[in-house]
Amino acid sequence: MKNETAPAGSLKRHMGLKASNTISNTIIYILLVIMSIVWLIPFICIVLQSFRVESTWQVGYVIPKQWGWKNYIDLWHTDFKKWYLNTLIIALVTAVIQTVIVLCMSYTLSRFRFKLRKPLMQFMLILGMFPGMLTMIILYRVLKDLGLTQANAVPGLILVYVASSGMGYYVSKGFFDTIPKSLDEAARVDGATRAQVLYKIILPLAKPIVIYTILTAFMAPWGDFVFARYISFGTSAGMNVAVGMYNWLNLDQIGQCYTRFCAGGVIVAIPVTILFMCLQKYYVEGVTGGAVKG
Amino acid sequence: MKKYSDLEYLQLSKGKRFLYKLASFFLAIPTFFKNLGLGIGRFFKNLVLSIGREFADIFSTFKNGDWKTKVSYLVMGFGCLARGQILRGLLFLAFEVIFIVYMITTGGYWLGMLPSLGKIGPHEEYSVVHDAYTTVYGDNSFKILLYGVLTLFFIVAFIYTWRANVKQNKIAEQILKSGKKLRSGKDDLRSMVDDNFHKTLLALPLTGILLFTVMPIVFMILVAFTNYDGAHDGFNNALFQWVGLDNFRTMLSWSGSGVNYSATFGEILSWTLIWAFFATFTNYFLGMFVAMMINKKGIHLKKVWRTVLVMTIAIPQFISLLYVSKMFSLNGIINGLLIDLKLISPSNAIDFLGNNAHSGLLPRIMVIIINIWIGIPYLMLIATGILMNIPADLYESSKIDGASGWKQFTKITLPYMLFITGPYLLTSFTSNMNNFNVIYLLTGGAPTNAAASGAAGSVGYTDLLITWLFKITTGAESKYYLASVVGILVFIVVAVISLIVYNVLPSVKNEEDFQ
Repeated sequence: MKNETAPAGSLKRHMGLKASNTISNTIIYILLVIMSIVWLIPFICIVLQSFRVESTWQVGYVIPKQWGWKNYIDLWHTDFKKWYLNTLIIALVTAVIQTVIVLCMSYTLSRFRFKLRKPLMQFMLILGMFPGMLTMIILYRVLKDLGLTQANAVPGLILVYVASSGMGYYVSKGFFDTIPKSLDEAARVDGATRAQVLYKIILPLAKPIVIYTILTAFMAPWGDFVFARYISFGTSAGMNVAVGMYNWLNLDQIGQCYTRFCAGGVIVAIPVTILFMCLQKYYVEGVTGGAVKG
Repeated sequence: MKKYSDLEYLQLSKGKRFLYKLASFFLAIPTFFKNLGLGIGRFFKNLVLSIGREFADIFSTFKNGDWKTKVSYLVMGFGCLARGQILRGLLFLAFEVIFIVYMITTGGYWLGMLPSLGKIGPHEEYSVVHDAYTTVYGDNSFKILLYGVLTLFFIVAFIYTWRANVKQNKIAEQILKSGKKLRSGKDDLRSMVDDNFHKTLLALPLTGILLFTVMPIVFMILVAFTNYDGAHDGFNNALFQWVGLDNFRTMLSWSGSGVNYSATFGEILSWTLIWAFFATFTNYFLGMFVAMMINKKGIHLKKVWRTVLVMTIAIPQFISLLYVSKMFSLNGIINGLLIDLKLISPSNAIDFLGNNAHSGLLPRIMVIIINIWIGIPYLMLIATGILMNIPADLYESSKIDGASGWKQFTKITLPYMLFITGPYLLTSFTSNMNNFNVIYLLTGGAPTNAAASGAAGSVGYTDLLITWLFKITTGAESKYYLASVVGILVFIVVAVISLIVYNVLPSVKNEEDFQ
């Protein structure tokens, strides 16, 4: 008897386990579906409302009663083109220069052992604890003296973004740390200079982190708001998309510009999102690596 | 307190272990500050000693050196030139010439004005041409402070270069004495891409950081000791002056004239800390939870779930945040939906982000919730990467030992995650303290905190220190000096938290190192 009940019992337990597993999986699926909806709803709403023609202000419903391209056409007749072009230029130039600077910085701190290395890193850690906004006042005045504010805000903004970008070396330094040093040493033994080691050996291996750096540097200017607003200082010609479109949601403009904001949002988000989704793999690698190494 | 050995510690009950850890954490804090003090003391002692050593070396080099070395003390690079190192010599010499010319033409003026920040302000003067009184502009305090600081930097650089020049001579003499050849200019250039490649690589980034981060920070720290504001802009309406510690006194004393800044500061600081705590940990645990759900065996379409979340990272924050803030506004979609569902009547729509009741409790909760929406995708990515690295056999063996899913989570997953992401948690806490975008784009600091609004810039219940700083700067009075004080205080808070966590936590954490 005993011999017979034992397998039956374990089978029952097995069945129970399976059932509870199915239940928990179902719950998880439900949660994931709800989550996906919550995460996507704002974006779906933006897209839907950008096609709304019957009114330009905020309404309590989502699905337009009348569809059309009017908001996008309106967009074309505002300064949006200018803002978009500004942002694109800033993003492209920043992406290139910032990547070079970050790579120089992180490669050096990862590979070379010089006397001031540790103090330098500690110093930059401390610098990073100051709120960046504090420097805004003086940088604005300095840029103003150089003639790089308001209508000329684009070069000014690039200068500011690029100049301090060396501080953000952590993620790529972590990556360089994982490339074995024996590679460098082997090349050095074969007579390569330090510079040749960097160009011929390390850079080809560092492709993921190069792409990650380019991607993040490219994406940041699209969302920068504070500094861009301070430096363009109310001059439409020098604004980026964030600053320009922010004004559309001010109390006095939201009545006419709400749906236009949605349309602009779609136009801004599409290229950035496509680029991001294409390079997602590298982004995930960078973010994960960065967090693990601190 | 009695210190337990490892064996004794393991014999304690759970509650006692926790209390023991807690006690040892707090007991470690005084030691930490003691060590910090000792460390600072040691630093200055070493500094004084090394400066003394430098001077001794400078004198002995002069005494023992040949005439070429001695001339180099006055004419930089002379020794190099005389010994055939043309490139180095010329660089040293050029630097000295530039320095002297700069100091004579403009540097001296800036430096001389620095203690007073300008003597003649803008004033009315009779002009013969216009036959009327016109405003004549005098000194520019802003430029004096800015270029004064730059000149000081330049002087430090000069002293450093001069010292390097002296050292060069000493080394060159030694090399020649031992019968070897000196490096030529060609060798020097070659070393820039080889032995000294790190200097080449760092030159550009560090110059940028020096000019656009270090210099502004030094400048703004100094501004905290002046009365620089909209009414004293240093040139157009009035000069500004040094005021010593007055601004810190205004900010920190309890009896300000009219406005109580310290109470406002304390209120905003406490909300900033609460916000940073919740923003960090809600995201952390919920993100981990989501990652675990997606990673669970038997869940299909993993890629789809992940992609949906990751996509939200791609969309620039100003679009998503501004849009969400409008969704929750009085006539936004959420209220529209609630009205359609007959849950509320149109007349009492809920002001999610502007409700003033209970010191803005609802907006405060809302920004934390919306921040979860923003933050979970990042945390999901990070947690996924880490969870995949946890050795699967740990789970297998624990399962054989009969551990439940919850037990696996608390005994394996959580310790592993916390151990690996400890530093990340700290940085994300401090960056949440300075999370300008989320607060400013969502609420702009609203609803207004009537009690504190007398303080510069209108203060709201969801204002963080950083948005307050921004409001002070851009407010009607533009009290830059006050913004500087706030900035410095933010720095102090962040630095103290980081220091304590970095130094105290590991001693506790090491005990529970993940095994």
